[in-house]
Amino acid sequence: MTKEKDVIIQVKGLKKSFGSLEVLKGLDVEIDRGEVVVVIGPSGSGKSTFLRCLNLLESPTAGDILFHGKSILGKGLNLDEYREKFGMVFQLFNLFENLSVLDNVTIGPRKVKKIPKEEAEKQAMGLLKRVGLDNKADAYPSQLSGGQKQRVAIARTLAMEPEVILFDEATSALDPEMVGEVLQIMRQLAEDGMTMVVVTHEMGFAREVGDRLIFMDGGYIVEEGDPKNVIANPQHQRTKNFLSKML
Amino acid sequence: MILGMDFTFLNKYWFYYANGLKLTLQLAFWTLILASIIGIAMGMVRAQNYKFISLIIDGFINFIRGIPIMVQVFIVYYGIASQLPQFWAAVASLSVNSSVYIAEHTRAGMQAVNKGQMEAARCIGMSKLEANWYIIIPQAIKNILPSLCNEFILLIKNTSIVSVIALHELTYTSNSVRANTFLAYEPLIVTAVIYFVITYTIKKLVGILERRLHAHD
Repeated sequence: MTKEKDVIIQVKGLKKSFGSLEVLKGLDVEIDRGEVVVVIGPSGSGKSTFLRCLNLLESPTAGDILFHGKSILGKGLNLDEYREKFGMVFQLFNLFENLSVLDNVTIGPRKVKKIPKEEAEKQAMGLLKRVGLDNKADAYPSQLSGGQKQRVAIARTLAMEPEVILFDEATSALDPEMVGEVLQIMRQLAEDGMTMVVVTHEMGFAREVGDRLIFMDGGYIVEEGDPKNVIANPQHQRTKNFLSKML
Repeated sequence: MILGMDFTFLNKYWFYYANGLKLTLQLAFWTLILASIIGIAMGMVRAQNYKFISLIIDGFINFIRGIPIMVQVFIVYYGIASQLPQFWAAVASLSVNSSVYIAEHTRAGMQAVNKGQMEAARCIGMSKLEANWYIIIPQAIKNILPSLCNEFILLIKNTSIVSVIALHELTYTSNSVRANTFLAYEPLIVTAVIYFVITYTIKKLVGILERRLHAHD
């Protein structure tokens, strides 16, 4: 058993339906501090919905999600404060089109955390440097390449100092030569001890960076375990079928 | 003499036009402000898709859109706002009329902003209100500026309708000039040119604003 204090997120019997379509059919997951959990599976298996339930972009139909042991589905929870602790990096970046790169990174700290402008900008420049884009601070999202946009999106997420970052197919919309630069940053974050839940199709990343691999299909967790083991030696037929197509 | 037309009456009657223009501009100014406030507020609320409120707003929009503006002006002037001074009755009915179109443009403009923008804003802990204010509305304004410009031009032209409740704005005064001079045609040409200059100026001003907002695209 994992020690209670290390568990950040506990998902219990999580279900989610859209109308009559049940996308998640009961998931049980625990995520420890500093753990990198990689979620793989075919399209429509519910991976993205699972992520979106974690930060309540979608509200679960049934089950419970505990954050530091407390349910986030009960009444009286300040949703905005909770979401602050969850960074999310999207497949399509979703940078704020009306703001410069610097403002994209500072707007959260300034407006949500009420940090003074100068301080927020100093922190933002540090983060932009970390993702190699401090020279683009004054550019607008429309002037950036896909890879650059995603790196800014990661800096924007980091600026909120989240406890967990959710990556929703963060490299799927990128040209192949740009995938590397984004994965490199994700790898660094993992090394720095960030708790991450990563939905991806990058098997190399899953194997090398992931602490745990979850294979989802049809709204269930079919198999989970050490990424190297699962990939090298899948136990279930569905996992085998999926991996044979991926590798 | 231009094309066989005689404009010498302007020497004597130009101040009719000056007064008419002044009133038209006042009508347009207050209508523009009121219609924008009501319309944009209505459109922003409508864009949130709250069921019951949406139903009411849609009903109101369809109701107003379905009634000719001249009938609206009469109803407001003789009925609902009969206690108001003539000028404000006119502003009220013109504002309500324009506001429903502005509301529709605003709603469409906000809903056209990519859904991911709201999600990303919520993910960094912004409330819905903050996300709308800092992220969605600035982008929506850019989207709706061209159609708002159209709406403003329509609104200015619509002020001519209130001549039917005897407000001495531009159209009304040009009719007075016609009656006084026995010229059927020329006074209308002058009126048309004045309207055109106003509306064209608005179009140009909005054009400048648009280019500024799109400087980053």
